[in-house]
Amino acid sequence: MIELEGLTKRYGDKLAVDGLTFTVRPGTVTGFLGPNGAGKSTTMRMILGLDHPTSGDVRIDGRHYDRLRDPLTAIGALLDAKAVHGGRSARNHLLCLAQSNGIPDGRVEEVLDTVGLTSVARKKAKGFSLGMSQRLGIAGALLGDPRILMFDEPVNGLDPEGIHWIRSLMQSLAAQGRTVFVSSHLMSEMALTAEHLVVIGQGRLLADTSMADFIEQNSRSYVRVRSPQREQLLDVLHGAGITVVEAGGGLLEIDGGKAEHIGELAARHHVVLHELSPRQSSLEEAFMRLTAESVEYHAHADPAEREWAAGWKTEV
Amino acid sequence: MSSPQNPMPQAAPAWQGTAASPHAGYTSPIPVVRTHLGHALVSEWTKIRSVRSTVWTLGVFVLLVLGIGLLTGVVVSSSSSEMSSADNPLTLGFFGLLLGSICLITLGVLTTASEYGTGMIRTTMTACPSRGRVLAAKALVFFLVAFTTTLVSSVLVAFAQTAMLGGSGVRQPSGAEWLKGTVGVSLYLALLGLLSLVVGSILRHSAGAITIMIGVVLAPLVIALFMFTQSLEKVRTALIDYSIPNQLSVFYSNSLTHSGPSGWDPLWIVLAVTALAFAGAWALLRQRDV
Repeated sequence: MIELEGLTKRYGDKLAVDGLTFTVRPGTVTGFLGPNGAGKSTTMRMILGLDHPTSGDVRIDGRHYDRLRDPLTAIGALLDAKAVHGGRSARNHLLCLAQSNGIPDGRVEEVLDTVGLTSVARKKAKGFSLGMSQRLGIAGALLGDPRILMFDEPVNGLDPEGIHWIRSLMQSLAAQGRTVFVSSHLMSEMALTAEHLVVIGQGRLLADTSMADFIEQNSRSYVRVRSPQREQLLDVLHGAGITVVEAGGGLLEIDGGKAEHIGELAARHHVVLHELSPRQSSLEEAFMRLTAESVEYHAHADPAEREWAAGWKTEV
Repeated sequence: MSSPQNPMPQAAPAWQGTAASPHAGYTSPIPVVRTHLGHALVSEWTKIRSVRSTVWTLGVFVLLVLGIGLLTGVVVSSSSSEMSSADNPLTLGFFGLLLGSICLITLGVLTTASEYGTGMIRTTMTACPSRGRVLAAKALVFFLVAFTTTLVSSVLVAFAQTAMLGGSGVRQPSGAEWLKGTVGVSLYLALLGLLSLVVGSILRHSAGAITIMIGVVLAPLVIALFMFTQSLEKVRTALIDYSIPNQLSVFYSNSLTHSGPSGWDPLWIVLAVTALAFAGAWALLRQRDV
């Protein structure tokens, strides 16, 4: 269990993490989602005691990280796959970590085998591809067979087979009753692995919810319509009291509308339709909408970003 | 998949202070060990011996000390009249050790600063959140490695040189001279390396820290060489007296000047400076983000 309470980190003028309060519970995979620069890595560094919070508190199983007597058996973390000394072999890298926590040397071979690096155990880490480095980082996290696991963007640089492997690894770790906390900027990735979701944007908590609830609340179903008689169609729909959202490129979107109903309406008024399709917005879109709003609260948002965010809002 | 989640876990979580795990859903078969300095020492020993830079710097160090020591021995012994019987025959070991000190400085800096360069430091500090313990373990392991290497090389050179010069009428060194010329210089150079390690920890940048340390060793003497003005005479003497090469030569009673440190003074000076720097690095390490 990881408990954050009002966790805040300020770098000069910039508030990187702004009063985060949430709890990561055992037995499930908790996804930690946010766009790049949202403060995910900073939060994880504070959990591990690497960065000191400006204010607020974070505890691992009720203790501050630096008060843990057995850090690697309590929590295993992969923050940055390249955080190894390139001149050291994979085996020696893991060995010095094991020794620092009194973990039996035999665990080194076990975790090398788990991540599939046994054949390159004697090779220097600087020759590793990003995917191999990720595996080495994961091996380091698993070394102490910890109760809590924390991964920062673990699928970066992995091939499809590797991505599949890490997904099932995280799910099996959670199924054993461990706490698994994994960050990503890809909603689609989280939808496949996480059961619980914590979303942050600009350092602030945007959502702390189960994945099922998030999908229910945020997936938007709409009907997409295209017509050469656009003005006529708009009049008809307005007349029927239906709100239309302009999606650009001559496309119209009708939230929560039924395709049958709109088709019949158009036929009755002799409006030609070139497209009429019921659609479901993806979780990725829901996530972008959620974080785009967090961008909007800030007056100095980048113009390009504002325009992009505005795309969701233009009502006709 | 396990039970459904509480959709909005709100408000202050109840801190549970006990170690016995009311939260833990998983218990590892691996025995939990309460970590201490011993673990950190073993870990740092594995680290220092598993990188190429250690082999290179110490290899070059031994090569310089033995090579230059033997060469000067050969040259001096072939012209027997050069050393008077009053001179300390161990003096000839000085040149190799002076050059070799640069290797120890490099290794010292790399022991700490390279972890910042590679990012390894974050992994290290995660494995051992007690930052002071990490610094202490690094310092202790490095000091012992540097001291042992220097002691072995300086003893070898001293034996070789006294044997070479023995035939040419040069006296045998006294017990005190042996102690200063081997254990004394080894402690001095290992502490100089340790100071570099501490500077590396403060600056977190290998090239910067190495440059500064080489400057500390060479600059005072070089600057003093060009101080011709009468009014700067005192500064000039002080710079020479307390320059590191001159302090090193004090161990052979072979100082450039007759003022300044004598006897075991250089050792106490480097010890005090290193202790101060260590305290500063310790405080900074606790305070800064990794």
